This record gives sequence, structure tokens and C-alpha cells, in this order.
Amino acid sequence: MNVSLARRRFLFVGAAASGALLIGWRTGRAQQALPYLGAHDEAQELGPFVRIEKNGDVIIGARGCEIGQGVKTSLPMMIAEELDVDWNHVRVEQLPYGYVETDSGPADKYGAQGAGGSDDIPTGWKDLREAGAVARWLLLVAASAQWNLPAGQLHTNAGTVYAPDGRRLSYGALAAAAAALDPPKDPIALKNPDQFKIIGKPTLTVDGRDIVTGRAEFGIDAYLADALVAVMLRCPHLDGTLGKLDDAEALTVPGVKDVIVITGPKPDEAIDGPLATGVAVLAENTWAALKGRDKLKIEWTPGPWTAESSAALSTKANALLDKNEDGVSVRKDGDYVQARKVAHTGVDARYEMPFLAHATMEPPNAMISVEKDKVLLIAGLQNPSGAARVIHDITGVPRDKIEIRLPRVGGGFGRRLKNDFVAEAALIGKAAGKPVKLLWTREDDLQHDFYRPFGVHALSAGLDKKKKVTAWSHHCAATPRNYRDSGMKSAPIYIGCLEPDDFPAGLVANLDKTFFPVASGMPRGWWRGPIHTFHAFAVQSFIDEIAIATKQDAVQLRLDLLGSPRKIAYAGSNDPGFDTGRLAGVLKLAADKIGWGEKRNDGHGLGIACHFTFGGYAAHAFEVSMEGTELRIHRAICSVDVGRVINPLGVQAQMMGGTLDGISTALNLAVTVKDGQVQQHNFPDYPLMRMAQAPQSVEVYIVESSESPSGAGEIGVPSAAPALANAIYAATTVRVRKLPLMPELLRKL
Amino acid sequence: MQDKPIRRSKPTPIPAVAQSAKEKTLPLRINGEDYFHEGDADMPLLWYLRDVLRLTGTKFGCGIGACGACTVLIDGKAQRACVTPASAASGHDITTIEGLAGAELHPVQQAWIEEDVAQCGYCQAGQILAAVDLLKHTPHPNDVDIGKISNLCRCGTYPRIRNAIKRAADLLQETTK
Repeated sequence: MNVSLARRRFLFVGAAASGALLIGWRTGRAQQALPYLGAHDEAQELGPFVRIEKNGDVIIGARGCEIGQGVKTSLPMMIAEELDVDWNHVRVEQLPYGYVETDSGPADKYGAQGAGGSDDIPTGWKDLREAGAVARWLLLVAASAQWNLPAGQLHTNAGTVYAPDGRRLSYGALAAAAAALDPPKDPIALKNPDQFKIIGKPTLTVDGRDIVTGRAEFGIDAYLADALVAVMLRCPHLDGTLGKLDDAEALTVPGVKDVIVITGPKPDEAIDGPLATGVAVLAENTWAALKGRDKLKIEWTPGPWTAESSAALSTKANALLDKNEDGVSVRKDGDYVQARKVAHTGVDARYEMPFLAHATMEPPNAMISVEKDKVLLIAGLQNPSGAARVIHDITGVPRDKIEIRLPRVGGGFGRRLKNDFVAEAALIGKAAGKPVKLLWTREDDLQHDFYRPFGVHALSAGLDKKKKVTAWSHHCAATPRNYRDSGMKSAPIYIGCLEPDDFPAGLVANLDKTFFPVASGMPRGWWRGPIHTFHAFAVQSFIDEIAIATKQDAVQLRLDLLGSPRKIAYAGSNDPGFDTGRLAGVLKLAADKIGWGEKRNDGHGLGIACHFTFGGYAAHAFEVSMEGTELRIHRAICSVDVGRVINPLGVQAQMMGGTLDGISTALNLAVTVKDGQVQQHNFPDYPLMRMAQAPQSVEVYIVESSESPSGAGEIGVPSAAPALANAIYAATTVRVRKLPLMPELLRKL
Repeated sequence: MQDKPIRRSKPTPIPAVAQSAKEKTLPLRINGEDYFHEGDADMPLLWYLRDVLRLTGTKFGCGIGACGACTVLIDGKAQRACVTPASAASGHDITTIEGLAGAELHPVQQAWIEEDVAQCGYCQAGQILAAVDLLKHTPHPNDVDIGKISNLCRCGTYPRIRNAIKRAADLLQETTK
């Protein structure tokens, strides 16, 4: 390292407290810059994301949590586009969590790194292209100085700067000079999309080769020297406590080193740390730890929820809806009661949604080393800044001494927005005085999750003589999502269960949305497309029921409701507004592709549904039939409009996967509770769909668009379940109003 | 840059073990190398691979043989390493995802990359080894044959897995011509 390196500046990207984007330059110590990208004396850093080596190799840092949504590929694509390099010569390397102390306080060195709310793409569209453009500008200025030509006369292509007379300099040759330059004072113009060479091109996942050779590193694959493996036995009773513990036999298991008790939150406390009380067994390897755990003798004391059961929750929710008193108003337009009274036709239905687990293929785990003055965490996360806060709260180690590495994550689906497993690891690691690798088994995972809420939706609609919907009410009785979540204390009680502005709000003159909280001891959290999977099933099934009850076409009824293309206000979820035309567009596309309206006499049924969330628009259409008790999905169609597409292969994968997730969950998945205990334990009683049950293909149709890009990780899920239920009705005339679908369908057939 | 070394390098086969010591150990032939397991003979092969040899490509998903994330080839047959005791694997030829490729990628791996199958990627090593087994006894699998692979994928990559298996079947046919 030479002296000039110590004065190196790095591009600083972060969100200020105001939410405004900061892109500035700060003098950084050499070791602060790009710790993850290795130390190469010849490499030159152009901001926090770009490193160019003398031989011209371009390394781009990926800041996101790669949970399978493809951001390790798509976010660097945006940087590479503006940097103007050949993607085939780019090497992508994962960045760690980037916490940095600045003159104006703590900030995120690499900008937003969490994975939630389908935010990575829209956020990256704003700041990552600029990071690439600034790096390119520095290279241009360096070339301009070398040739003594105005930078405006130069141009770049695929990692090379060209002069008008044909002279050329590679980025590698310019990198040292560029890295020594001061950054631009004014914003740099970004490319016109017509010039894009990388954005919009089908691009294979950057880790493809590592994944198929077993070299890709997930959190569970991290092993620090001398680490002990910890597995826990947690209290099976909601908010239960530890009565008696006899660990004598466990400690006799060869390889078992220690037993540590972790105390969960009290029943009225926020769940900010561990989720439940439990006993950790620490051993030299996983097998010894599991054997030791089997030998624990524990008497648990049940908590205050021994009377809780799924059946009782259902009864409670329905009673609240029947009574219709003391509900929390979510949105009211016009005069619903009067409009419903004078309506020519009325339709009513109730839909019941179960608790859901996340069941990520890689169960929660964390490799942690807690020392007096520093901490190292290696874990699959969705919320790294939250993990850092949790570790700081438990260990007292300053935030800038907490290093968090972000390996690939074996699925997120919202589970890892919670850092309870990080808290457990930090507590165990601190007590053990050794690095600890905490592993959850599948039973731990299904028994102790932050479940998607349970609830019953009561929908009611009034139509006039011309079959126009004039009154719409959506009452929801559910276990509130913000239960014991200190981050959501000020959030309204209906958040995560009922969205004020969701379809058909703003499209029906007289509207009433009311929420009824149902008390429960089940921990709750965000699930993929959280609110939307929870209520789109009810709304989109109900539209179908209205169409059938009033002899209207189900697609036309939706189009009539959407009306002329326009943007209507939609608060929350960072949504940029709801464009009725774009939702109508994907709906018509799906209808067209499935052959909607064509007469069928083969016993097959068609069903359709559509939804808007997180800035994206999707519709699903299915063709199904029943063969005895077997459901056959002959065709599965998903049309989607997520604005400008960064990586078409990625969007296609997300829609295919989202569709199958929607189907798998709707068909057979539910978490149930009895006597205050979760009843599911492993995949046999939480049966994710297998290949033979899945449609052989999902036909994905992506709308070409120049609108700002939105994320694609969640929009592929919400409309799948109602489209499937609607198709099943068309094939069987059996209406399924309770999920999971298969047990209910077989009961009703 | 790392404070502590991460032990992820390719495990070194134990070269010279005295005959007397070998008698107390369990020989395991993994990816063409001989290892001698000194611990609990009941330890599932999965944890021997991961915790002892640091061959972490084989994944833990359920511990009861239900999901297939831990699939390895034992004498060429896809087996669930989480429910296979080390003692049962001894004397057999074990191939993990790390040992599948030779000088070049196995056609199934190549097809997996070309079809861009992986999303989170966690289950894919198991899916690939299940596909290798399938293609060995069914070189031209139809959709029903492919549907016999029972490995779980939470991301929903099944359609691309189907495409990759069909592509791999073509690649294998080309290489054997």
C-alpha cells in the first residue's frame, strides 16, 4: 500500500435521515474501502462498487441480500451499464454490510442493502446507475487529461475510451489516474435507455457455475475455526417458560461441550430478540449437538395461550364479523350502508386464510464470533442493519466494530426480515466465549416462525340494475401483523392485513373497509407479498363470485371496474400510484393467452385474477380439470408489467417461481395451532409442492414498458391462488372459500 | 482481511494411516478419495461431509429424508445423506456435488447453467444429483419420468429443472455419439 492510497477517496452512497440520497466523496482510510473485494495492489477503486485492475478486469460489488430474487446479478447490471463495460468481462463480488460513521452520523456505506418490499430494483435504479456513471466519468476525465482533449469529444465502449482520431485507452490503463481524480461536482447525465447494452438483456445468474458445482457459499456453509455448533430446544408452548431442566445426560454425549439457557420475551414484551425460551446445546459438530439435544430432560410451563386453537380463532373471527361492532375503520368512501340498501342485487361471501410459515429451504442459522471489542457475523439475512442493531444491543460492541458478511441466502420470503436467530446466536456466542454456529432444524423452523396472519374476510357488494358495482364492503377479522413488533408500534392495527387503497378502492363510489383485531399468541411477520397474498385471494375470488351471480363475464367485470386508464392514489408500500390501465393491460394479456371466452366442452375450467402491488402489475390465468380427486393444472399463465425490465431471465424466473409458490401454498399449506402449540413439524405436515404436482411450465408474458422499473420478487404470488380457485369453480362448480384449497375442495366435492 | 480463517478449502485426504488405526475407523470413499471417519459411526453422512470434511455443497434441509437437499450419489444412486449413517455408506462409492465434474462440467451441470435454473440455489445440488441418477437409467426421460424426482424446491424452479434435464439428455447423447 502506498501513501496515496491512504488519501484515496471513495464514492459515498447513503440514505440520509431525511430519505434524500447522498452521493458524496469522503476521504477514506484505505482499509475502509472495499474490504470484501480483496487487497490487490494494482487494483483501483472508483467508488464503493467498482474496482478496475490493471489488466482491465472489472469487479463490481453486489450490495443486496441475494435470497433468490436475483439481485446479485441485476443490481451490478445497472452499474455495469453506466460504466459501459462488457458484461462478459465483469466479475461480481458480494459486498458485506456497509456501516460507516460519517461527519453527519451513521450511514449506509453502500446504500440500501435489505431485501424487503420489492425495493432493491427501484432503489438501485436511482443510485446504482449513477455510481456507474460517476466511475465512467472519472475514466473519461483521466483520458482527456492524457490526450489533452476535451472529455466531451471522447466516447466509451465496452471498457475502452476512444478519441475522435481513433486512439484508444483501456479502462485498466486509465484506472490509476482516474482513481486519483476528484469526483464530479454536478450530477452526471445518465444514458438514454436506447443506448442500453446490458439492462434489458437476458442475463444468467452470476453465481450459476458456483451453484452447480457446490462452491456457492450460503450462511450455513460458514465455519470459523474452533467454532462450536449450537442447536436449541425451544418451548413448544406459545409464551411458555422453562420449568425444570436436567442436562446431565446431554452433557455426557461425546462432543457436547456446554448447555446454555436462552430466555424468551415475556408475553407482553416486544419480540425484538429471541422468539422463545429455549435451551442451547453446544457441541463439536452438528450430530453431537443434535444427540445432546435429544437427551435434554425439560419440563416446560405452558404460557397464557393454552386455550388457543385454529378452530377457536375461526369462531372468534366469524363472531366479530357477525357482530360488526367496534371495528377499526380502514377506509370509507361515499355511503356504503345506504348504497347497499338500495342496490338491485347483493352478493356476500367469506374467505378464511390460515397462518403460513416461510419454510425457507435453508433453515435459519448464524455463524458468529463475539469478542470483547468486535463481532463477526456470517449469516443469510434480509435485514442486515437490523442484525447489526440486535448484535449491538446484546453485546455492547460499537456498530462500526460489527462485521457482517452476506453470503447467498437459501430463501427469504420475509422470514429473515426478523433477526431473532441472530439474537440467539449473539447471546449464545457471548455466553460461550467461543465462535458459535447456530443451526435451526426444520422442526425448529416450522414450530417457531413469525407466521403470516390468520384471518377471515367478509366481502359484500351491491350492484345496480345495469349490473354496475355501486357498493363494496371488505371487513377483515384477523390476528394483527403488528403484534409485539416494536418497529411497528405506531402503525395502524390493520397494517399487513387490510390495505386501504387496494383494489377496488377508488373504483367503487361507496366503499367500506373495516378491521377487527383477533387476539392470538402466535408470532406474526411478513410473508412474500405479505398483505397481498392475504387479501387478494378474497377480493379476486369475490369478483368472480359477483360475475357468476350476476351473469357477467369475469374479465369484463374487472375491466369495467378499472375503467379508463388513469393513475389513482395508492398510499403505502412506496407504490408510485396505481395505474388502472396497466392492470387492465396484464389482465387482457392473460385472458388472450388462455383463450378466455372460447367455448369449452372438455370439462376443463378457466380462471383468472389480477393484482397490483409494489409498483408491479400481474395477472394469472389457469386451465384446470379434476380427475377423480386429482387436480390437473393444464396451463398456467402469468402476465406481468414491472416497468422497464432489468433482467428478463430474472423477471421470468420470479414470475414462474411466484406462480408456483402461490399454487403450492394455496393447495396444501397451513400452520395450525391447538392448545397453544403449533401443530406442524416438518415437510410431511407442511407439504410444499413437488415437481409431479406442479404445472409442467408457467407461461410468462412480460409487458414491454419504459416506465421506471419495479421489483419482481413478490408480484408473481398474490393473484395465483384466486385464479386457481376461480378455475376450479369453472371446472367443478365448487367454490373454495377457505385455504388451503385441496382439503376444502375434497370436502366439498 | 479475515480475522479468522474459514475452513472451506478442499479437504486434504488423510494420506497415511497406520493399519492399526484404520481398524478403529470407518473407511469412506468420497469423490474418489479415501477418508477414515474416527467419530460416531451413526453420524449421518451429511454431517460427516459438512462438519468434518467441509464439503458444504451437500445441504441440510429437513433431517428426515423428506426434501432431498442432501442428495448424494451412493454407487451412482441418488440417496439422502441426512438419513444415511456413515456406517451404511462405508464400503460404497460416494459422489457429492463437488465431485461430479471432471476436467469439464458434467452435462447436467452445464444444462443447469444454460437454463438458468437456480434462484436461491440451495436445493440445486440435490436436484442435479437426482437428475444425474435419473438420466443414467432413463436416458430420454419424459415428463412423467422427470416428475419422479421428489426433491423440494421452495423457489419454484421445477419448470426450468424439467428443461435442464431435457437439455442434459441431449448433451449426454451428443457426448456419447
